[in-house]
Amino acid sequence: MSGAFAAIVRRDLQLGLRRSADSLQPLFFFVLALALFPLGVGPAAEVLERIGVGVIWVLALLAVMLSLDRLYHADAEDGSLDLLAQGALPLELVSLAKCLAHWLTSGLLLVLVSPLLAILMRLPADALGPIALALLLGTPTLTLIGSAGAALMIGARRGSALLALIVLPLYIPALIFGVSAVEGEVMGLGGRAQFLIQGAMLLAALALTPFASAAALRLALE
Amino acid sequence: MLSAEGLACVRGGRLVFEGVSFALPPGDALLLRGPNGAGKSSLLRLLAGFLAPSAGALWWDGKPALADPAEHRARLHLVGHSNAIKGALTVRENLRFAAAIAGAPMTRIESALGGFELTALGDVPAAYLSAGQQRRLALARLLAASRPLWLLDEPDAGLDAANRAHLTRAVAAHRADGGIAVIATHRDLGLEALQVLELAP
Repeated sequence: MSGAFAAIVRRDLQLGLRRSADSLQPLFFFVLALALFPLGVGPAAEVLERIGVGVIWVLALLAVMLSLDRLYHADAEDGSLDLLAQGALPLELVSLAKCLAHWLTSGLLLVLVSPLLAILMRLPADALGPIALALLLGTPTLTLIGSAGAALMIGARRGSALLALIVLPLYIPALIFGVSAVEGEVMGLGGRAQFLIQGAMLLAALALTPFASAAALRLALE
Repeated sequence: MLSAEGLACVRGGRLVFEGVSFALPPGDALLLRGPNGAGKSSLLRLLAGFLAPSAGALWWDGKPALADPAEHRARLHLVGHSNAIKGALTVRENLRFAAAIAGAPMTRIESALGGFELTALGDVPAAYLSAGQQRRLALARLLAASRPLWLLDEPDAGLDAANRAHLTRAVAAHRADGGIAVIATHRDLGLEALQVLELAP
């Protein structure tokens, strides 16, 4: 069973690497959209610093959402979903394996580039660590919640607009606590409580969303 | 032993078929016949536990097969219309993945490739295969992981005569091992001692 889990993660990573143009899209979107902000609102440090954390988080959220489409869509289209459903692994764990691979090729990359982008938004040096940590805790939650939405949208034509409607409201808590954790740290108030809540949300998502995703996948198999 | 009793299927408010009954002891095969739209694919998906029957019951070794659809699916291979192939992976990688998620050992990969003349293509990305070659790769999964029930939906689509013969041999060997096969096809695959089920539209 663990072999099947590893096989799914490995295959999705392989597919991601071999279609790197596709899989790097969320990262490019994240970096390019963020680079527009200093041009749009002007390079004044006080403005950028004020909006920086929020902008980074909102764009991370959108970047993850844009990449949700590839989580199940291709597998449903080419019949691989049937194959996965005939496998030794329950669909709950199938969806968890796919979420892990998806996060490694989207959320993790956002975490890795976030310090650079924080500098671009002229955030103070002591914000770089908290931003990376908040994204490290928050982006897996985004992927997991999005997975349930993406599984529901299998087979829906022009599903991406509908997907945004379903998923974005569920992203709001992750956004609020992600931003306030970093701002607490920067203002010297401490962000420990918010980080803990982020961790709790991640654990809750890990425990609950695979069941929602699997239920939606079963509907899609009919 | 796979047996069905009065199976019916309703899709989109339309009755696709009803009253489908058969009994397949180990080593038997059932040929599904009928014009397009008669419900051959729906019946196969129903037998695979993907669709719930609107009436009737399906039994495996005397127990209700669909009580736990996931457990039922783990004892069968369904080769549907789509080949479930990733073009970015090589032929061998596709097959190894199928065996890995089926929980099967990797020992039968090479013989499965050989069974459908794919050995020479093993390291070619599957995107470069022709339609017939992709079909052969989908069929090679049958040999890569051993499972007692084969559900084949027009398995011979796009196959040349030589590979149709390989398919016939594979099904015969599967039956000789005590396996069961349900096959929907329009062509004569040269299989012996078949039960035939005619589905009317």
